[in-house]
Amino acid sequence: MDKVQLLLTLAAALFALGLLGVTVRRNLLVMLMCMELALNGANLALVTFAHQMGEAVGAVLVFLIFVVAAAEIAIAIPIVLLLVRRKRTLDPGAYSDLRG
Amino acid sequence: MSEAAVLNAVLYLPVAGMVLLALVPAGRDALVRRIALWTMLLQFALAAWLYLRFDPAVAGLQFETRIPWIESWGVYYHVGLDGMNVLLVLLTAFLGPLVAAGAFSAITKDVKLFYAMVFFIQFAMLGTFVAQDLFLFYVFWETMLIPMFLIIGIWGGERRIYATLKFVLYTAAGSILMLAAVIYLVYSLHATTGIASFAFADLYRTQLPLGVQTWLLAAFALSFAIKVPMFPLHTWLPDAHVEAPTAGSVILAGVLLKMGTYGFLKLGFPLFPDATREFAPLVMTLAVVSIVYGACLALVQTDIKKIIAYSSISHLGYVMLGLASLDLLGVQGAIVQMVSHGLTSAGLFLMVGMIYERCHTRELAAYGGLAKLLPVYSVFFMILTLASVGLPTTSGFTGEFLVLLGAFNAAWPLYQQGDGYPLAVAVAAVSGVVLGALYMLWFAQRFLFGVAKVPHGPVPDLNLREKSILAAIAVGIFWLGLFPNEPMRKTELAAKQYRELVAATRAPVQAAVSLRPVAPQPDPLPARGAMGPAPTEATR
Amino acid sequence: MGTLTLIVLLPLLGFLANGLLGNALGKRFVSVVGCGLPLASFALAVLALRALEAGGAPIVEVAYTWALIGDTAFEIAFYFDRLAAVMTLVVTGVGSVIHIYSTGYMHDDRSYARFFAYLNLFLFFMLLLVLGRSMLVLFVGWEGVGLASYLLIGFWYEDPANAAAGKKAFITNRVGDAGFLLGMFLLYFAFGTLDMDRIDAAFMSGPVAVSASLAGVLLFIGASGKSAQIPLHVWLPDAMAGPTPVSALIHAATMVTAGVYLVARMSGLYLNAPEASALVAAIGAATAFFAATIAIAQNDIKRVLAYSTVSQLGFMFAALGVGAYGVAIFHVFTHAFFKACLFLGAGSVIHALSGEQDIRRMGGLAKKIPLTFATFLVATAAIAGIPPLAGFFSKDEILWFAFASARGGSPLLWAVLAATALLTAFYMFRLLWLVFLGRSRVTPEVAHHVHESPWSMTGVLVVLAILSAFGGFVAIPHFLEPLLPLPAVAESARPLHKPLIALAIAIAAAGIAAAAYFFGGEAKRAAAVGERFAGVRRVLANKYYVDELYEAAIGRPLLWISEHVFLRLGDRALIDGTLHALAAAARGGAAMFARVQTGSLQLYVFLVLAGAAASLLWIWRHV
Repeated sequence: MDKVQLLLTLAAALFALGLLGVTVRRNLLVMLMCMELALNGANLALVTFAHQMGEAVGAVLVFLIFVVAAAEIAIAIPIVLLLVRRKRTLDPGAYSDLRG
Repeated sequence: MSEAAVLNAVLYLPVAGMVLLALVPAGRDALVRRIALWTMLLQFALAAWLYLRFDPAVAGLQFETRIPWIESWGVYYHVGLDGMNVLLVLLTAFLGPLVAAGAFSAITKDVKLFYAMVFFIQFAMLGTFVAQDLFLFYVFWETMLIPMFLIIGIWGGERRIYATLKFVLYTAAGSILMLAAVIYLVYSLHATTGIASFAFADLYRTQLPLGVQTWLLAAFALSFAIKVPMFPLHTWLPDAHVEAPTAGSVILAGVLLKMGTYGFLKLGFPLFPDATREFAPLVMTLAVVSIVYGACLALVQTDIKKIIAYSSISHLGYVMLGLASLDLLGVQGAIVQMVSHGLTSAGLFLMVGMIYERCHTRELAAYGGLAKLLPVYSVFFMILTLASVGLPTTSGFTGEFLVLLGAFNAAWPLYQQGDGYPLAVAVAAVSGVVLGALYMLWFAQRFLFGVAKVPHGPVPDLNLREKSILAAIAVGIFWLGLFPNEPMRKTELAAKQYRELVAATRAPVQAAVSLRPVAPQPDPLPARGAMGPAPTEATR
Repeated sequence: MGTLTLIVLLPLLGFLANGLLGNALGKRFVSVVGCGLPLASFALAVLALRALEAGGAPIVEVAYTWALIGDTAFEIAFYFDRLAAVMTLVVTGVGSVIHIYSTGYMHDDRSYARFFAYLNLFLFFMLLLVLGRSMLVLFVGWEGVGLASYLLIGFWYEDPANAAAGKKAFITNRVGDAGFLLGMFLLYFAFGTLDMDRIDAAFMSGPVAVSASLAGVLLFIGASGKSAQIPLHVWLPDAMAGPTPVSALIHAATMVTAGVYLVARMSGLYLNAPEASALVAAIGAATAFFAATIAIAQNDIKRVLAYSTVSQLGFMFAALGVGAYGVAIFHVFTHAFFKACLFLGAGSVIHALSGEQDIRRMGGLAKKIPLTFATFLVATAAIAGIPPLAGFFSKDEILWFAFASARGGSPLLWAVLAATALLTAFYMFRLLWLVFLGRSRVTPEVAHHVHESPWSMTGVLVVLAILSAFGGFVAIPHFLEPLLPLPAVAESARPLHKPLIALAIAIAAAGIAAAAYFFGGEAKRAAAVGERFAGVRRVLANKYYVDELYEAAIGRPLLWISEHVFLRLGDRALIDGTLHALAAAARGGAAMFARVQTGSLQLYVFLVLAGAAASLLWIWRHV
């Protein structure tokens, strides 16, 4: 396996881990962290392709993603805080008021 | 052109009334009532003018208005009067002021909204009758559901939510199927002749194989049969009537039920003549079952509104029998019976409302000997009972006699040729005459005669407003009973046209138009203007 | 406006005037209008008769066209020939005198105006019936007299039994009307018209396209409803709940004869319908005998007369059945006089006894109310068939043709009718004895007030008694001969004519003698026989339990089926049940699908991803 394949595998693994974590972890903050993990998996894939193709576009996009992710976390954490203030738990299973 | 404007005026006057009512400040109930009554009286005056100016000798539409609406589909705003709807328009406009006046003391909360809904439904009902374009007809047909839903749901009795939901869902279910049939019908017309049109005149010329006609007729018939109502699709009616306020019941029985029979007369049967002739025995059977079943059920009811509700099912069975008989006497009788039933049912429900306002119960056992306590009331009740029973000199006799004569007239030659079923059906229908007298007179006996008792008595007899309303209905009943010739002149040409349309054979030998194209088309949406030329002069 | 239209409309005017203004304008107004207008109609009828005799051809007046459909015009038209003349004169004549009688009888009644309004309404419809040219007009009158009868039987509606009796009358009539309608429809189909004179002419002129017998039977069903023949006779005795003038006018003299008039009017049809005529004769004779047997066991003075009416109507139908239409109308004519006299006499007795109607509490009234007794005696003798009173002539003709007519006359028919005549004489004189003669069994409080009726009542009784006595000399069958020819008589029977007349007189005398034997004096012998045959007596007194049979066979099953099969099973369980099941299914299906909406964020995320993965997979495979 050459370098690119290894890095892509790593990126895919990071993404899958993050996805899995979002789906199965029962802690809102951990879910957020897993979402970041998935994002970084995508980042890694982008940088790898940028390196492979010799283009800078991929790397530039990663910077954009960093900024957006940071902004997203800046909003998400306070939301989680407010939610926890209502339900006193970080378990997403408790937030099922919109049940059918 | 100005004559056609009168028809539009009649149609849109209720809309103007709604706007006017919206401008009335809250709390001015007396003003609301006066506006409602005068608007309805004006509408009736205009409708009466239209009726008097209607020329019996003209075969086509009169007071016609035809404005393009969605031209590429062939949809026009096309309204007009012909023999089939002129009497129904008159009946609707006639019942308008009676409903408005009848609800003066019955409706005390949200009066403005109530009369706005009455206007709305008047608009929708009149639109259904005068529409000559299938799209327009369907729009008005569906529109009628909303105000009726609100009238029953807001001002109704205890189980009003159940009753109004039953009514709306039942009717809407039929309408959905009818929509599918409408779409197929128009599509097939376009595919076979290249004419894109929703106009009745064009649709009467479609050529569909018998199998297709059967399915389409079933779809249309389901919707109309629910409205009529025919057995076995009738169970929404007793609940709707019992829970509706008096004005709602009057509108429902007086006009709404006629929309179903009118649908059969104007659309269901003439559009699919081969299927109609094929299934006429079934329709006749269901009609007679309605007559007998409705009468038997009316016999065992204890709620006076339910008795009259089941009597409606029975009376409208006669209309369907007349339409299915395809005999001129039967068709004319059916049209007269429609109007007659509108008058008698409206009158009976108004009377039930009047006694309910006084005594707050609909249990028959709570009443007795009203002839002594409320003599004027009893006289009118007797007149309406006898009209319902079909006593000669009342409109009920004209309708029933002509329908039965027509049914028999059509059935006897068939019997002589070996098909005895229509004759058996006609003979069974005559038994409805006995059953009708049985339940109505037993009702009258327990209600008017015997030991005098009334809950929360003593109660006052009819006041001037109530007497005027009932007198107007009585005049209508005797007019149709004693002098039916003049209105029947006006409907005759339309009745003959109905017979011709239903007698025609329009099923071609080739297969139906398929909705699935044989080869996959690259562009499923045709370009604008590719749906063929606009209807030519010939299709008017 | 033509004379005939005026004859018909004057009573209608009376109805409107008395109905709307009567209470306000008082009894004098109501009496004058109520009696005057029928008398005016009578006078006009006489004038019309003179015009008819002068002109020779029947008078036809078209009032207006009721409906014009296709090629047929349904017209409201009136037709005056000799038959219509006889009927009109009887209706307006007897009707007018009964109106006059009512001014006395109903004098103290609270609803005086309403009574006269209804009586005038009845007269209007009855005249429509007899003067109508087409069966449509006749039917309007037919149903209309049913309505008037309903209103008048239930006149004192505060007693629920009266209202129920009115309803029974209307419904029973309606059953007959169903048959009538079918007969009408059949005739319309065959001839394209409902004008009776044209239908008759068509039947007489050649073979017709429709079975005359079927039409005849159907029309006869209608006639038996209106004229109380078996099996539709049950309403007439109950109709006695109405005031006595009503019983006299409607249920004796006029309305019940409408069926007889119908068959006579359609004589052309019946001449060509031997099976139908045989049925008419058979039912007529059976009814006559059947009702007579019941009459001998009744104890209410009006019920005896009611069953007597049913029996006499049976005689008329027997005459019609053997083709002696003119003779049947003759009996209508004479019967109107003596039966009205009997009923009004009974009314006088009831009036004298302050409302008592049970003959077991009467007796010995002959001296106290002599005028009533005298007229009652004359009328009773007339109905028993004693010459030279009216009843003798008409009944004798019927008996003769029942025996000898070439169209169905037979010794058996004669025997049944003769036995009925015997019973008739018997029960009528039984009535006379128990009411007027013998020892008084009147209760003491009533006995004090026994008084003769006022002149408005007794005057009418005298007039009717005179007509009962001499009416037989009016040769109605001969008068109607050109229209309703008498049937041919079998040659072998001709020499028996005089012996049969003698036999008839003997039968009448035997009946009277038997009545005198059993009921004379203390009526002990009658009581003894009654006890020995108590079972038979009970059956007769309970009218053979026919009402109970109808109730059990038709009434209760109808209600049971309507309630349990149609309502509970059909409407509620099946139809509404299906609807509710559909609604429940929709709700259940929706609930099932709603289970996906758990509210769990993580499940949603999973489902989104799963869906995305599936779409990607599909795209990868197919594109």
